[in-house]
Amino acid sequence: MNKILFSAVSKKFVMALAGLFLLLFLPVHLGINLMLLRSDPEPFNTAAHFMATFPLVKVVEILLILAIMTHITYGLIIQVHNWLSRPVRYAVRNKSDTSAFSRFMIWTGGSVLIFLVIHFFNFYFIKLGIVEGDPENFYAIAYQLFAVRGYAILYWVCFLILGFHLYHALQSAFQTLGWSNEFWKPVIRVISLIYSIVIPMGFAIIPLIIRFFK
Amino acid sequence: MKLKLKIWKQGDAHSRGSFVTYDLDGVAPEMSFIEMLTYLNETLIGKGEEPVTFEHDCHEGICGSCGMYINGYPHGPVKGLTTCLLSMRNFKDGETIVIEPWRAKPFPVIKDLMVDRNALDKIQQAGGFISVTTGAAPEANTIPVNKKNSDLAFDASVCIGCGACVAACKNASAMLFVSAKISQYALLPQGRPEGKERVRAMIAEMDRQGFGSCSNTGACEAQCPKQIKLFNIARLNREYYKAF
Ligand code: FES
Repeated sequence: MNKILFSAVSKKFVMALAGLFLLLFLPVHLGINLMLLRSDPEPFNTAAHFMATFPLVKVVEILLILAIMTHITYGLIIQVHNWLSRPVRYAVRNKSDTSAFSRFMIWTGGSVLIFLVIHFFNFYFIKLGIVEGDPENFYAIAYQLFAVRGYAILYWVCFLILGFHLYHALQSAFQTLGWSNEFWKPVIRVISLIYSIVIPMGFAIIPLIIRFFK
Repeated sequence: MKLKLKIWKQGDAHSRGSFVTYDLDGVAPEMSFIEMLTYLNETLIGKGEEPVTFEHDCHEGICGSCGMYINGYPHGPVKGLTTCLLSMRNFKDGETIVIEPWRAKPFPVIKDLMVDRNALDKIQQAGGFISVTTGAAPEANTIPVNKKNSDLAFDASVCIGCGACVAACKNASAMLFVSAKISQYALLPQGRPEGKERVRAMIAEMDRQGFGSCSNTGACEAQCPKQIKLFNIARLNREYYKAF
């Protein structure tokens, strides 16, 4: 059983599935965030309230946390094993023709994780009652945060990095799940490109509009 | 041509190695890389010095023994070639060439540039075959084979097991090698009966040997002298999931 769950292929399979699940959630989150652009805080706060209280969403929330934990744990296990597979490194850096995005997944992933922790402290932990704040007015909290220049810059940088991560992640997940061949490979690349630009851009544009056009 | 060669020298798997620099004059551009190294060894032996150990055999890109890591590229900077087919024309007069052995935990250094690639043989022995009863060879054409599949199977079967995919991969993963071996059987009717056992056994052996996982980075595909394609790995993954 262990061999099956932790074979080189299975580990990637679990990681890809968890990652894809997270990718499904991002557009939902973005949809809600876009309501921040309305001058009326009501729709955004109502949506946030709904996400915090509706029972079915609760189930999804638990699944999301599980997916995040699984993705990180498996990612780390795979990475450490991969590093150990080459104990003596080359003196000359490998110059093979590969995409840079795919080579730094552990680092882009780590950066996204740091942002996620900050994000949890700013919002999710307030909802859980761990951190002080008004869970019924996330709209005001978001505006306060975006007003801080340092935070806005951090936010943009993180979503740029997330874009890099997603561009390889999506293609890689398809390949890992076995959904790739000569014909589909370029199609999947285009889908990954579109997703990895549109979703992070969608998030990043919100503080941009709030700071400069409102 | 005059060259400066920085070559990895190491007594055996347990001793410490280091680079030794050799100045080599009189290299002809029409020499192959292996001929150039043989010429280097001749001059070293002439001077009473120890020659450089490296592996080579067929000199026509089919045995897979001549792999070495040249200036940051397994098999050198030209795509689709083994070291033995790499011509010295691809290097400049006066150039410094750094030559290292394949680096991977499952490939211990035997001496200098020669590594032990037995790990690949072990994977092959675990399932990379079909069982047939001996006797007179049956007529091959009695089993119909789809032309597209037979072409894809052929393309996979040209893998020479040189280990360049492992050497190129940042994770020292052998997935391209295993995927080629799996694909050449999975695509043909003769390979189907033992398909599930094969893929499970080969992946288990791959893990046992200590190769890394695939990050779908594609360095293997870029460096494979036989240009085995990455979508074979997708097929390998499919075969593996179907085997449970
Ligand atoms: S010597 Fe046989 S492949 Fe190069």
